Amino acid sequence: MIKLVSILMAAALVNNYVLRQFLGICPFLGVSKDLKSATGMSVAVIFVMCLATAVTWCIQTYLLVPRGMEYLQTVVFILVIAALVQLVEIALKKNIPALYRALGVYLPLITTNCAVLGVTIANLDKGYGFAESVVNAFGSGLGFFLAMVIFSGVRSQTENSEPPKPFEGLPLTLISASILSLSFFGFNGIVENLFG
Amino acid sequence: MSKLSNLTRGILRENPVLVLVLGTCPTLAVSTQASNAVGMGLAATFVLICSNAVISALRNIIPDKVRIPCYIVLIAGFVTVVQMVLEAYAHSLFEALGIYLPLIVVNCIILGRAEMFANKNRVIDSALDGLGMGIGFTLTLLVMASIREVLGSGTWFGIAIPWLSDNGISVLTMAPGGFIVFGCLIALVNKILGRKQSPADESYCAGCPSADTCGRFGKEVR
Repeated sequence: MIKLVSILMAAALVNNYVLRQFLGICPFLGVSKDLKSATGMSVAVIFVMCLATAVTWCIQTYLLVPRGMEYLQTVVFILVIAALVQLVEIALKKNIPALYRALGVYLPLITTNCAVLGVTIANLDKGYGFAESVVNAFGSGLGFFLAMVIFSGVRSQTENSEPPKPFEGLPLTLISASILSLSFFGFNGIVENLFG
Repeated sequence: MSKLSNLTRGILRENPVLVLVLGTCPTLAVSTQASNAVGMGLAATFVLICSNAVISALRNIIPDKVRIPCYIVLIAGFVTVVQMVLEAYAHSLFEALGIYLPLIVVNCIILGRAEMFANKNRVIDSALDGLGMGIGFTLTLLVMASIREVLGSGTWFGIAIPWLSDNGISVLTMAPGGFIVFGCLIALVNKILGRKQSPADESYCAGCPSADTCGRFGKEVR
């Protein structure tokens, strides 16, 4: 149990996917303009990450490894994630329209989000079991959520500032992200100190 | 459009990273060392040329409705080839690139060029476009990695530089340094090309391969 909690904290805070490992930068820069879309996108990412990890872990362990077909990992995983996102979209639309209205618009964006493919492959590279993998996926999604929500707040402030002309827009956003990333260094060593 | 301009367009005027702002994740992640950056650039260039050529050759066969999944499978196939070749012949690079190697599949540059160029143009033009974009990507990575490696750890391609190696600004080799160097480079390109604001920021989603699928997303938020 303690191991799972430490995996969760490490994934969400110390090894934050966006700010420390540069995965999922596109939505981080593109969809963080206001709080509402940042929250919707992140919740959709958490959901798809957990689901994709659960499915790909089973496929890798029970289908690819016993048949010696690990080299197909990349092709199979991206296909599974794309199909899964489609299925989730259809299922939500039919069964839970309220949730679909909240998350539906963000789902197609997630297929080509490298954080989702990244977390499924990282889990297997680290040799995690099923429960650890899902917890790690949830933690990574939580870290994404945290970064998105904080950054949407930062952006609403920088929107009205007047930087030098060439820095307007994206460069200013990237430099704000740099400072936010620096502040996440404060979490270094937190897991070792709490559970070590 | 002449063949030459297909090739040179990607290097500065339509540079995939600095102007179109595609493929930011690998750019930021592997640009800590010049040697890794060149390895990543060449791997992506190979995938880009192959996928552009094959997608262009198949552009009349692939049905329009399922084109994105088809492209993804083709790209994933070429990425697997690169993975296997690197694992066999350049194992240290394979280890250094780690998870970012399979993630070439979701590199927006490749899917973006397939969607924006290869499915409308002939095979030769598409391959040249892939080569040009690949060179632009590799050069950008090399420039970024050189700045971060020389100032951050005082080495270049692993060769120590006197004085600088004792006075490295180590934050540049870490995550915040990536963001800040990238931001400054885009500002510099904006200055050189004389733009007031990067167009990519105005129409951020236009460069993204999923822009078509999520067109309603763009409308709803703005």
